[in-house]
Amino acid sequence: MISAELVDASRLQFAIVALYHFLFVPLTLGMTFMLVIMESTYVITNKPIYKDMVKFWGKLFGINFALGVTTGITMEFQFGTNWAYYSHYVGDIFGAPLAIEGLMAFFLESTFIGLFFFGWDKLSKNKHLMVTMLMALGSNLSALWILVANGWMNNPVGSEFSFITMRMEMVDFWDVVFNPQAQAKFVHTISAGYVTAATFVLGISSWYLLKGRDVEFAKRSFRIAAAFGFASAMSVIVLGDESGYTVGEAQQTKMAAIEAMWHTEPAPASFNLIADINEKEQKNNWAIEIPYVMGIIGTRSLTKEIPGIHEIKEKNRVKIINGAKAVTALAALRKDTKNEALKAEFEKYKADLGYGLLLKKYTEDVSLATPEMIQKAVDDTVPHVTPIFWSFRAMVAIGTGLLALFATALYMSVTNRCGKQKWLLRWALWFIPMPWIAAELGWFVAEYGRQPWTIFGVLPTHLSASTLTAGNVYASIGGFVLFYTGLLIVEMYLMVKFARLGPSSLHTGRYHGEAQH
Amino acid sequence: MFDYETLKVIWWLFVGVLLVGFAVMDGHDMGVGTLLPFVGKTDEERRVLINTVGAHWEGNQVWFVLGGGAIFAAWPLVYATAFSGFYWAMMAVLWALFFRPVGFDYRSKLASKTWRTSWDWGLFIGGTVPPIIFGVAFGNLLQGVPFHFSDDLRSTYTGTFWQLLNPFALLAGVISSAMIIAHGANFLMIRTEGDIYRRSRTAAMIFGSLALLAFAAAGVWVMNGIAGYVITSGNIPGDLPNPLDKTVVVQAGAWMHNYSLYAWAKLIPMIAFIGGALAIVFALINKPLLAFIGSSLSMLGIIGTAGVSMFPFLMPSSTNPNSSLTVWDSVSSHMTLELMFFATIIFLPLIVMYTSWAYKIMAGKVTLDFIKNNDHSAY
Repeated sequence: MISAELVDASRLQFAIVALYHFLFVPLTLGMTFMLVIMESTYVITNKPIYKDMVKFWGKLFGINFALGVTTGITMEFQFGTNWAYYSHYVGDIFGAPLAIEGLMAFFLESTFIGLFFFGWDKLSKNKHLMVTMLMALGSNLSALWILVANGWMNNPVGSEFSFITMRMEMVDFWDVVFNPQAQAKFVHTISAGYVTAATFVLGISSWYLLKGRDVEFAKRSFRIAAAFGFASAMSVIVLGDESGYTVGEAQQTKMAAIEAMWHTEPAPASFNLIADINEKEQKNNWAIEIPYVMGIIGTRSLTKEIPGIHEIKEKNRVKIINGAKAVTALAALRKDTKNEALKAEFEKYKADLGYGLLLKKYTEDVSLATPEMIQKAVDDTVPHVTPIFWSFRAMVAIGTGLLALFATALYMSVTNRCGKQKWLLRWALWFIPMPWIAAELGWFVAEYGRQPWTIFGVLPTHLSASTLTAGNVYASIGGFVLFYTGLLIVEMYLMVKFARLGPSSLHTGRYHGEAQH
Repeated sequence: MFDYETLKVIWWLFVGVLLVGFAVMDGHDMGVGTLLPFVGKTDEERRVLINTVGAHWEGNQVWFVLGGGAIFAAWPLVYATAFSGFYWAMMAVLWALFFRPVGFDYRSKLASKTWRTSWDWGLFIGGTVPPIIFGVAFGNLLQGVPFHFSDDLRSTYTGTFWQLLNPFALLAGVISSAMIIAHGANFLMIRTEGDIYRRSRTAAMIFGSLALLAFAAAGVWVMNGIAGYVITSGNIPGDLPNPLDKTVVVQAGAWMHNYSLYAWAKLIPMIAFIGGALAIVFALINKPLLAFIGSSLSMLGIIGTAGVSMFPFLMPSSTNPNSSLTVWDSVSSHMTLELMFFATIIFLPLIVMYTSWAYKIMAGKVTLDFIKNNDHSAY
């Protein structure tokens, strides 16, 4: 049996490397898009200031991208090194989008990023713009395939278990690609990336405006960021909501946890704005409720019920008991693959196989599971409510704050008052870290909210880890933290240094502080 | 469209193509990384070296990432078993690779000498450690790796990191490292001039010779001292993959079977020698592009030799030979293999096309004057 300590260590490592990686991804996604907008403006207007904008913001983008690549390499190999059983069990489906990501997207992005930086003097204006566009296309397609893989973890469609190969196998690739879960996640994630980049450009431009330097450069950047940011923030909120109501039981469980909804309420359910959650007694001591809202968001109807945590658990109890029969039949069938009676028995309970595997955390032979073990497995099927409940609310609060910021910034831009309101400039400056915090919280809600599964309903997390020792994994965590933290400090140092230098770092002789030379 | 057995063989070839692609493309910029502190004596010279690959290393590195993704998709059991078994070796590869993106991008952003020298050594580590470890890994695959599967196909690696570093595996590491350094030196000859060119030429000939000598030594060693593996029952090529459904025995000389079975197989090690020898000759007579093609062919031959010797084995188990992974029983389902086949034949040619275009755009010598004139925009 895999030790709980090993599984915890493996999860901790995955969370650390994924959260670090996700510090750099959103800015890359959005910056490539903003660079396309700026460069298109340059090609159309032929004003050199827009070319300088592409080069300067591109410089900052490059500093960020380097760490995106560094931390991204780990992600591609992490499943094999630390989640070997997972890789075997679902590699037939999960590996394909990852490989296609490399073939279709990452190659495109990485090849053209070189030309983006070094091709200015070697390419015509139009060709360089095309290079920038292909780079942006590559980074966004990359997100698509990664989220197809991730969407499948949350809603495993288009696949079936095979007892001969002892793994999940693909039966319909297009179901996997057009998984509504994956599509919703994709749109939500890239929009969040666009907001991140817009906040970044808006905040730094505001700083120049506060200092009264590089005013023309900063104003133009500010306006582009305001418009792009507003559109993207609308999209995150509208389409973020989409990922709330898409089909699938994973979402129902997650939604119940997000809302701390312990019992099914008569439709349409109310929304808990805030609540004092009592995990021990599985109830809320008190809550501020907004009637009807939850039911409408969650089901897009006034009559459909949303299941509460208790009801979800009781359903899962049946699945666990049936699943245990599937696990037992499978073990026998593996030894006697031609036995039709065993095959029939297995087929009968196959749909609940994953739920039966939940018992493996407590007993090697699941047919001997005691009622206490079954109860524990049932309790495991819903993640801890408190961290998810509050992370979600913090994310939404930040998103709302960002929308307000961009709405204000856009209003000031179109009424030609951009740069005059110091309070707005300060607001934009101090809000720079916010989209990153929201993105990390969003990752946490989505992935912690999927527990106890790596593949929802199919493969429990505690079976997914590689057969290593916890000591080894803790040691590698130490290495990753050391490397990543050191590199992050270097990155932040350079980022701040070049943001302070501003467009003068291009040495064109046109910007703040250069006239004196 | 294809039957399962054919697809399994196609995927063995595809993974081979990806490994060779990785060696040829990412290999040359890794070789540049290893040579950086030695061939570049001054800061400007080092910047010349870095800028020969400045616009391309990122795209090249995707061969490595794609290699990982393709093995995941096509051979999930190999991906799972090898990377978790070689845990610390993989960590060393990853951590060494961390130095590359930041090394390339950050090095010349500050003027401090200590800063730049530190990143130069970072790029050295990032270019040197991975090829050595890949070689060592192949050396261990040829000898068999201590792992086994449980009934539900959970793999357990029972060896240690240190036992990977045995004499034969270290020799394989030398081959891999030397061929990558020689290849990088050939590339530098194409893109530089003057002192840097001359030093690269010397390195190309020394390391090219070393790679061939080490490869010959390893060949003799395998013929005389490394036992191979033979399937004695089960493991039908067209069957659904189940690595526990066969028997395997260890047998001296078994890695030579394919060469007596198929006459054409002997061509593969010959390509390694001929390509490597031509690379040295072309470096000597100052034909860098031909030398680069020679070293590329040589790497095709060397990697191909390892693959052909072991076929159909991919990762034999030394402690429980029946658990060995083969081309027939480590693979994904028929559907996934076919899907990935189409994805590969559509996208790989496109990748080759736009990569070639990128190299064409950036073609020409990188000179010291170029660095002086582009002080703020070059790496």
